[in-house]
Amino acid sequence: MSTALESKIRIQREDFVVTDEIEAIKKVSRNIGGIVTFLGTGRELSKGENITQLNFEHYPKMAEKKLEEIREKAIQDYKIIDMIIIHRIGEIDIGENIVLIVAAGEHRKEAFVACEWAIAELKRITPIWKRETTSNGEVWVQATP
Amino acid sequence: MITVKYFASLKGIAGKEEDRFDLGGETTLKKLGEAVAKTSPVLGEMVRDRKIMISVNMDVAGDDTIIHDGDEVALLPPFSGGSF
Repeated sequence: MSTALESKIRIQREDFVVTDEIEAIKKVSRNIGGIVTFLGTGRELSKGENITQLNFEHYPKMAEKKLEEIREKAIQDYKIIDMIIIHRIGEIDIGENIVLIVAAGEHRKEAFVACEWAIAELKRITPIWKRETTSNGEVWVQATP
Repeated sequence: MITVKYFASLKGIAGKEEDRFDLGGETTLKKLGEAVAKTSPVLGEMVRDRKIMISVNMDVAGDDTIIHDGDEVALLPPFSGGSF
């Protein structure tokens, strides 16, 4: 299992521990005064259908490159102190962790804004795809709101 | 050789994960689309008419992007990472 802060950008099959990542980012600076996390998890219902499993695929290297771009831009544009982004790939069951963004700032305001921007940007520019398995079969999700 | 990688739903259409084409020293997306059409006419049209996002060496390609021998091209269907 990957340990916290092995890298601040990670795409991995294994699960992560949210509190470990929070503790890791707290060690970056004694000026951190606000940490905002976004945790995305596997939801059972999608467009009225019951999902039994999710499967995520990524474009290796390009996906990591895009996550690094997002992290660097978040730090630069929103003046946060640091950010961790982790996305899981492979088979993920309902209720399991999918994606984690941890934004740490001196104050809560910039951390909230950076975190919300980062998850939206992740969905927009990162080559990661989701396949949903339902009772009707498997379907690649083409776009998410 | 130019490597063309297919992802997610496009991998199913192509029936494979990647192709390799010899199109000389440099080529265009239009010409690459004609080569991809031999694997799948649908995918070839997507490339030629820029109906999907295409990356060249992991940077998003534009209409005037020149593809060089040895480049890695990827056909990228709409992304759906994260959760919502």
